[in-house]
Amino acid sequence: MSKKDLGLLILILVVGAIVAIINPRFLLPINLANTSNLIGLFGILSIGQAFVIITGGIELSVGSVVALLGTLFIDFIAVREVAWPLAFVLILVLGAIIGLVHGWLITRLKLQPFVVTLCGLLIYRGVARFYTADGTAGFAFGQNFPDLEFLTAGRSYGVPNSFIALIVISIVMWVVLHRSVFGRYLYAIGKNEEAAKYSGIRTGRVVMAAYVICGVLTALSAIYFAMYTRSISPASHGQFYELYAIAAAVLGGFSLRGGEGSLIGVILGTVLLQELQNLVNLLGIPSSLNFAVMGGVILIGVLVDQQWGVFRERRLMVDATRKSAAGAAAE
Amino acid sequence: MNYSDTSIAASVTAPFLSLENVRKTYPGVVALDGFSMEVRPGEVIGLVGENGAGKSTLMKILGGVTTPDSGTITVDGTAHDRLSVEGSLGSGIAFVHQELNLFDNLDVAANIFFGREPLRAGPFKLVDRAKLRTMVAPLLKRVGANFSADTQVATLSLAQQQMVEIAKALSIEARLVILDEPTSSLPLAETDKLLDVIKALKADGISVIFISHRLHEVERVADRVVVLRDGMLAGTLGKHDIGHDQMVKLMIGRMLKEREKASEAARAPGAVALSAKAIRTPAYPGRPVDLDVRRGEILGLAGLVGSGRTELARVFFGIDSKLGGALELDGKPLALASAADAVAHGIFLVPEDRKLTGILLDLSIAENISLPNLPAHARRSLVSTSAETATAEKQKSNLGIKAPSVQTRTGTLSGGNQQKVVLGKWLAMNPKVMILDEPTRGIDIGAKAEIYGLMRALADAGVAVLMISSDMEEVIGVSDRIAVMHEGQISGILDKDGFSQENVLLLAVGKQPK
Repeated sequence: MSKKDLGLLILILVVGAIVAIINPRFLLPINLANTSNLIGLFGILSIGQAFVIITGGIELSVGSVVALLGTLFIDFIAVREVAWPLAFVLILVLGAIIGLVHGWLITRLKLQPFVVTLCGLLIYRGVARFYTADGTAGFAFGQNFPDLEFLTAGRSYGVPNSFIALIVISIVMWVVLHRSVFGRYLYAIGKNEEAAKYSGIRTGRVVMAAYVICGVLTALSAIYFAMYTRSISPASHGQFYELYAIAAAVLGGFSLRGGEGSLIGVILGTVLLQELQNLVNLLGIPSSLNFAVMGGVILIGVLVDQQWGVFRERRLMVDATRKSAAGAAAE
Repeated sequence: MNYSDTSIAASVTAPFLSLENVRKTYPGVVALDGFSMEVRPGEVIGLVGENGAGKSTLMKILGGVTTPDSGTITVDGTAHDRLSVEGSLGSGIAFVHQELNLFDNLDVAANIFFGREPLRAGPFKLVDRAKLRTMVAPLLKRVGANFSADTQVATLSLAQQQMVEIAKALSIEARLVILDEPTSSLPLAETDKLLDVIKALKADGISVIFISHRLHEVERVADRVVVLRDGMLAGTLGKHDIGHDQMVKLMIGRMLKEREKASEAARAPGAVALSAKAIRTPAYPGRPVDLDVRRGEILGLAGLVGSGRTELARVFFGIDSKLGGALELDGKPLALASAADAVAHGIFLVPEDRKLTGILLDLSIAENISLPNLPAHARRSLVSTSAETATAEKQKSNLGIKAPSVQTRTGTLSGGNQQKVVLGKWLAMNPKVMILDEPTRGIDIGAKAEIYGLMRALADAGVAVLMISSDMEEVIGVSDRIAVMHEGQISGILDKDGFSQENVLLLAVGKQPK
């Protein structure tokens, strides 16, 4: 765990302690379970985003993909009566295809990630609304999928299964990002894509793979979100989720220029964001201020981090000067 | 160390600039240690020294960017403890930096008078274009420019851009122009133009400090050479004592042997390793190139900047795809879709732009060295840091990379050591064909010699070495054969007995050698 991550963890604990003191309901099992469920859902989404951001890219279509794939998933199992495991796999494959198309447009046709995924944001939202004729996708009365519901919205020993899923995915993705050859390539490309290419790395493929990973994780979270809300109106479902994911990554120490950030960082970023949401609810702050609080905290966080870096550099310089002065005096 | 050789005119006039006992320390380093020098009006001083000798610090002090710890700087008869940026400018000291500070989307006139444009009367502060042009014209004439004031800077050659910088210096009525490595990225013919400009400045009574690693150029223009070593004045050479070997001796405190070693008798050529058959590159689609690089030889590739050498190397390395023709490796057809393919075939490139494409400055030495061959340093796709460190340690000691450890970030290393990391990355992988594009640009003379030695060792081990270089001494001193490019084509290939600066130059401009 880096110092940055540790700082973020302390911040989370301090904010948590303050909220708990002001409103002890924060620590009620039901509140913790709800919050950790949301952390699970948004965490999966944010990890996907993190893989793209590390390459210096961005994925803006995440929220719309959550709406489109969520709608399709519910439609598949509730209306078209596809067996849910099959529908589950189908949705993940669709997510992968979306990621592949984005990656292909970006690496082969050299379009900017911002532009490609902004168009995706608009297109998938539109398709989702068209698919339901602007209606709501939901389950019929009495329709039940006990296994699926247990896996997505259920709990084990009081812990939401979505949170457990996040932990499993985090461990796997931590290994991929921080220990694997592929992860090293991602960082190398994020730091300097040209130099990576001149080192014989097939940068196009690696970047494309990052978008595919993002697509698959987004699809997975789309299923979780669908099963959490159980009914989806595609006009608003998942709106701004891409920004939650980007915010989590930025809070977690990712640079939008790429090449910087850790998996623990993005998870902690997600935790802090959800904690803030919870704080707004529990402290009786008008929920209309929700976004303003989040924006403010992110801004302060990034500012403190940056100023701390400047301060540390200066202190190192002063130390070095003092040491050399002492050395000169000793001579 | 005597000034008796300088011209009589110079010896009677008072110096424009004199430094006495200037000392500057940084944490842990003495950058300048009691350094003194004088510059007389109309005198061209060649300032040479290895990287880290203190040249940059000296420039920063003269530019007013850094304050010296002690010592006196006398400009035009007034003594100062330190100069400010405004003070430096105001007393007529102008800089032309290695990296040009021009807006290439603006025209020449706008660049020269940027921020000082003549304005038309009226409330809108509109630029008076006509007046601007009349102000710029005489400046351009003085630097011998063959382009007009409204040319966009982006369309100018590097030498022409440097002329713009010098014109800018003249526009503030500079009395001392400091040129920092002005020729390091200039092709041969353009260098001559720049040296002519220096002579013109001298004729106008303007002093010049000419900083360069290219000693033969210093030899050509300097009235006096000041040699810095480890922050101290290693020596001053008067006009008649200026010579390559004397300068080198003062710079490194000993004589250099590598050059003689490199120019031993011609070796027996090996079999053709890499062969280009009518290759057409994106830069010159209509001009096919035929070139063979043999095993065990260093083939020098000379030519003017823009003659298509780097583009050819990019095709050989799979970065650009060829538009026509065929490549062969050891007699077998070679298809390259990417640099990864080239690497897989043992064709490696040490690129021209070290910091942008050669290495990743944010990664450690070990991470850079293992990057092209990462799967070999991994078990089940997981990177083994111990394997990585072992490879890097080996290259570090082989190449003599000076760094605290292989975990050191390459961004903190000197240019020479960074270049060794680039080399180490490929040497760890058994090269078949090694392409080096301007391998010693911006590298000090000690490290240069080491890199020449390495190239020779590679060739001796049977590697085909292709070296692109704009440094004449280097091309002639290091190569076994020299191929010269002119406007996208090979204009000639010289064997050892045909080597001469003149022949290379003639071929580079498309004429036949003598």
